[in-house]
Amino acid sequence: MSWNYMQRHPFLILSPFIIIAAWVIGILLSDAKPVFLWTDVLVYILVITICLFTISSAKKEHLRDPWRQVVRHKLGMMSLVVLLIYVLIGLLDSIHFRLALDDTKQSAGQEIVHESEVVSVLDIIVTPVRLQVETTYSAPFATHSFAKETLEKEDGSRSREYPRLKYGGSHLQDPENEKGEDILKNAALGLLFGFLIWLVLVLSIILIIKHQHRTTFSNSFNILFRDGGGVPWRVILSTLGLMCLLLGLAILLSPKYHILGTDKVGQDVFYQSLKSIRTGLVIGTLSTLIMLPFAVMLGIMAGYLKGWVDDVIQYLYTTLNSIPSVLLIAAVVLMIQVYMANNPEMFETDAERADARLFFLCVVLGITSWTGLCRLLRGEALKLSAVDYVQAAQAFGVSKFNILWRHIRPNIMHIVLIAIVLDFSGLVLAEAVLSYVGVGVDPTMHSWGNLINGARLEMAREPMVWWSLLAAFIFMFVLVLAANLFSDAIRDAFDPRIRKQ
Amino acid sequence: MLSYIIRRTLYAIPILIGVNLVTFMLFFVVNTPDDMAKMHLGMKRVTPEAIEQWKVERGYDRPLVINSEEKGTAKFTETIFFQNTVKLFAFDFGQSDEGRDISFDISERMWPSLMLALPALIIGLLVNISFALLVAFFRASYIDVWGVILCVVLMSVSGMFYIIGGQFLLGKMLHLVPISGFDLNNAFKFLVIPVIIGVISGIGSGTRWYRTIFLEEMERDYVRTARAKGIPETLVLFKHVLKNGMIPILTGVVVVLPLLFMGSLITESFFGIPGLGSYTIDAIGSQDFAIVRSMVFLGSVLYILGLILTDISYTLVDPRIRLQ
Repeated sequence: MSWNYMQRHPFLILSPFIIIAAWVIGILLSDAKPVFLWTDVLVYILVITICLFTISSAKKEHLRDPWRQVVRHKLGMMSLVVLLIYVLIGLLDSIHFRLALDDTKQSAGQEIVHESEVVSVLDIIVTPVRLQVETTYSAPFATHSFAKETLEKEDGSRSREYPRLKYGGSHLQDPENEKGEDILKNAALGLLFGFLIWLVLVLSIILIIKHQHRTTFSNSFNILFRDGGGVPWRVILSTLGLMCLLLGLAILLSPKYHILGTDKVGQDVFYQSLKSIRTGLVIGTLSTLIMLPFAVMLGIMAGYLKGWVDDVIQYLYTTLNSIPSVLLIAAVVLMIQVYMANNPEMFETDAERADARLFFLCVVLGITSWTGLCRLLRGEALKLSAVDYVQAAQAFGVSKFNILWRHIRPNIMHIVLIAIVLDFSGLVLAEAVLSYVGVGVDPTMHSWGNLINGARLEMAREPMVWWSLLAAFIFMFVLVLAANLFSDAIRDAFDPRIRKQ
Repeated sequence: MLSYIIRRTLYAIPILIGVNLVTFMLFFVVNTPDDMAKMHLGMKRVTPEAIEQWKVERGYDRPLVINSEEKGTAKFTETIFFQNTVKLFAFDFGQSDEGRDISFDISERMWPSLMLALPALIIGLLVNISFALLVAFFRASYIDVWGVILCVVLMSVSGMFYIIGGQFLLGKMLHLVPISGFDLNNAFKFLVIPVIIGVISGIGSGTRWYRTIFLEEMERDYVRTARAKGIPETLVLFKHVLKNGMIPILTGVVVVLPLLFMGSLITESFFGIPGLGSYTIDAIGSQDFAIVRSMVFLGSVLYILGLILTDISYTLVDPRIRLQ
């Protein structure tokens, strides 16, 4: 394959990724049984909606302009890169299937039996980290267990020692002397690997720019490294570079050591944190989106139709709003818990049961956060119903439905968009609190709240088990901070009151 | 004014009935009393007699909404829904599933909650307003930009990490104060860390929110006039902007005042303070439906009270607003 050919088809450079994807699909097709969890389906719908929304807003000038402003926002783009990486991990974790049981247990011609455990594409990618389960706590990069155990030596004598870990640093002969050097060596390799990934990504971006702008290679290089077109490329690329370096470190180090330690049952905390990403993202996005159609519909109906419709809708949201949200959530989740305990036959696997609970949690969170948006939209629709073009449409005899759909709905969408991004970080934080209270996600599901909750009980231990807390803190903090900064960028671009200033 | 308050109070009744309907649906329709009895008495080995007795003890042996065996109004009154609703409106919360009197527990536990929540609210308010004024004074400078970014960073930390970090730093490393526990006679010692942490965890969002209020106020005409008259910027800020900015801030505080009784779920349970927050958490943990139901009702009443108080406080601070 010649260089020229590569240049003409920039997407060829992405071929390694496509090969990985194909490999995953290959596993999927060979005897594995795809599992569509409820939240998975909703995540797919969400992705499709976002794609459609992007395509449709690219055609409209009044929507393109604020987006252009977002793209030029340095902090906003920085956080967008981070968010996209979280989303990528979350999406990989949203394709689930059940692997076929080992071939040895099945003879040809028989029906294929599937494992009861549901795994995702992410699980397959991080298989070594997932399966390297120790017996109990161990500190990050430890080679020995955290607790002393009674070991029986070959000569029959017994002693209390810190036993070696089964997997963490097990490739070392003499951990005490070799460990530091080995970690450094692997870290250097990891950084190099991350740098290579970054180079590949930068190169593919350059080629895509070259393809789009139809210029020379050096020109597109200049666009990239001199922030051409107002896009803060340097910030974007440095954030991407940092992420790639971290990725490289994780790829090289995590199969050999538990880089964030292990928890009580010996599971790798880094793996748990990665798995928690999906839970956090699902709660942050789906909660708003499940209730969004109702909030929009009821809000603009109350504001535009007025009269008894307004009264009923106002009564509805005042009632729901006056129940303290934590208590409402607690009540609903408790009831669902009891219902599920009484009807265990509804769910085939544990993952499906946990997922159904996650789904209901999203619905309840949606109900509690729905009222604020509904009230905002009602106010805006009230204002819009007095605007000239709506009055003109009424005078022309346009039907109420058409006025609502064609004149009012498009003009409140910026409020909806701002509400979605603003709610996101709050919901991610709420998950941790709810899981701590015991009305959050299923205890078997990986989430930051469960991680904190498990580690909290060990606070009094001496020395303290701090790594689970640290892991949950870092992963949550980065996501929420990125979401907060991004939502600021969105609000600056879309809120007409701020834009005027 | 008085007629307005009466009207608002009357309007609260349908809302509270709605709240009751929601909780009733959750607690009695999604899961029948039989399910709850099974849950409490143990899932497997439970006799129908035991279930029946459990239901009779709690008054759950009546039909749900309509009693077809009775005549006249008794058709509706001799039901679980009616009995529960009427009792709640009289603030008679009945007994918890363990047999304790809920009203007594609530009246005893709300004071520790209040002792924690009120100082945290007042100190937090003072701290946030001072920071917001500081940032607003240096608006459009590096102090402002970095101040706002710092606020966003502080906002992005989960409240639980403030608590864990505070417990660890003040209690475990410095040994200044006990980590958790409570003693009504010696409350100060136990409440210091929770209050400090409550204040710190609110700084981020509070400062940012008040900063926008002050900045909005600074754009007003009267501020421009004051500056044009040659009044120094500090005086403009402290005398005019602060005074007028307090209106939205204080009315925002009034709405949460009644809810302070409910306490903070997380703080109380982390520090082992026997307030209503930890009461609720314990009830959730032990699946005590009667307590959860009472707390939902109490919370709604207090919320509605907060709304009414907000409206009244608007008229007090801003004489232009008349309630009709």
